[in-house]
Amino acid sequence: MIYVTDLHKKLGEQQVLSGISLNITRGQTHVILGRSGCGKSVLLKHLVGLLQPDSGKIVIDGEDIANLRERQLGRIRKRVGILFQSGALFDSMSAAENIAFPLREAGIKDEEVIRQKVAEALEMVDLGGEQEKMPENLSGGMRKRLGLARTIVSRPACILYDEPTTGLDPIATDSINRLIRRLQKRLNATSVVVTHDMKTAFHTADRIAFLHEGRIYFDGTPKELLAAKDPILVDFIEGRSTESEE
Amino acid sequence: MLEFILHSVGSTVLRLLQYVGQLAFLARETAISIRVAPLRWGLLLRQLAEIGFRSQLVVVVTGAFTGAVFSAQTYFQFHRLGMDSAVGAVVAVSLFRELGPVLTALMLSGRVGASIAAEIGTMKVTEQIEALRALGVHPIDYLIVPRILALIISTPLLVAECIGLGIGAGYLVATQVLGVSKAYYLTNMLSFTTGRDIKMALIKGFAFAGLIGFIACEEGLKTSQGAAGVGRAPTQAVVIASLVILISNFFLSFLLNIFFPAGTY
Ligand SMILES: Nc1ncnc2c1ncn2[C@@H]1O[C@H](COP(=O)(O)OP(=O)(O)OP(=O)(O)O)[C@@H](O)[C@H]1O
Ligand SMILES: [Mg+2]
Repeated sequence: MIYVTDLHKKLGEQQVLSGISLNITRGQTHVILGRSGCGKSVLLKHLVGLLQPDSGKIVIDGEDIANLRERQLGRIRKRVGILFQSGALFDSMSAAENIAFPLREAGIKDEEVIRQKVAEALEMVDLGGEQEKMPENLSGGMRKRLGLARTIVSRPACILYDEPTTGLDPIATDSINRLIRRLQKRLNATSVVVTHDMKTAFHTADRIAFLHEGRIYFDGTPKELLAAKDPILVDFIEGRSTESEE
Repeated sequence: MLEFILHSVGSTVLRLLQYVGQLAFLARETAISIRVAPLRWGLLLRQLAEIGFRSQLVVVVTGAFTGAVFSAQTYFQFHRLGMDSAVGAVVAVSLFRELGPVLTALMLSGRVGASIAAEIGTMKVTEQIEALRALGVHPIDYLIVPRILALIISTPLLVAECIGLGIGAGYLVATQVLGVSKAYYLTNMLSFTTGRDIKMALIKGFAFAGLIGFIACEEGLKTSQGAAGVGRAPTQAVVIASLVILISNFFLSFLLNIFFPAGTY
């Protein structure tokens, strides 16, 4: 579904991605792990053309999007949805209007249909009845879930989640994990999940990739990751910093 | 020393050219968008209300009081020469050719330019513009085109309003307060004001609308660095737009004077 080949990207003075190659299979959930600041969000933005690579290929459904123009990318973006790490809600629109936005853009005119789909999407992320709230009056976790609702409401074939469960309580985290699973099963959605959260990773993943120093350091099944002996991987999974004990 | 001066002059010119290039690029993208993307009427109407309708008070007050005080000052000077009856003509022609368009544009760059830059700047730093793109909506279609069109449609109308009120107020002050003869005031005003003056006012209005719009949008779109950046964007937009309006007005006056010469001959 998505093939990334030898992706390089420099931002400012910093070489953020230096040779990423990654294959994301249709209908599977691919988790991307990595330390904070290692370039996970940057990688994800490349997959919908929000950033253009310095070199390398990004092939989605057989089409190289690396050098497409902004207007040509519209087509791709109807199929690939992204949940931003910050939520990136439209702060001058209510919760319901935020979710309705992609529907209206898709050309749905019937207000009744929109209302129904909005309610359904809010229900899915446990925000039932919060239609009229403005984003600024929502908590951080609620905003994240609202962003998720906006991403999934138009049912894209592929969904990129940038830290969907960061900042959520354990119960909300579990319900989002299940939601990701459910979307994948029911809609046969392809998912890419960027996360720090091991629970989310192991709950949702078919495959797990580990991003380190601008490259894919590891790519395999959750079982293979658990069996790995590599100190960098083991430290990450067990949440150990390499500083010596005092 | 000389080298230093040359260097700083050179880099200023270079930055200026770069800025002009950025504006031209934005203008080109906007033109393409108007041509290929369906117009978003809802957004345009909202911007027309915001930019055009709600700017009226500012523009009307500016026009009226400028016309009034300008009429009075002209009278004080002309009275000594016994040319009271020419006041109307001077006030009207100045308002049409210079004061109306420039004052309207300056007020708009303060009221509208600042808010455009702040709004777009905030959307930029909070990733809302990226969110638009990610949802398959071109930010130029959604944010820039409605604002530019609204400015281009409403500015000439606001210029007309400003001039109208200015002339009205000038007339009242001259005839009611200072005792200039109504008939002479009107006759001279009408015989010295021509269609060319009106065209000049409208053309300047169009040009300034474009400048305000593109400068404000550009400043908004290139906002970075969080709250401090959002704070800088409107300031930059207002300062740059105001200076550009004043400077380009000078050249525009000379240029347009070739096509629409002043005077009745
Ligand atoms: N627009 C930018 N300009 C310059 N550098 C950037 C830009 N965006 C990101 N970076 C840098 O790229 C690196 C990767 O950033 P990114 O946001 O992808 O990290 P991340 O892996 O998502 O981290 P986190 O888990 O904390 O979200 C960081 O070091 C960051 O400083
Ligand atoms: Mg990130």
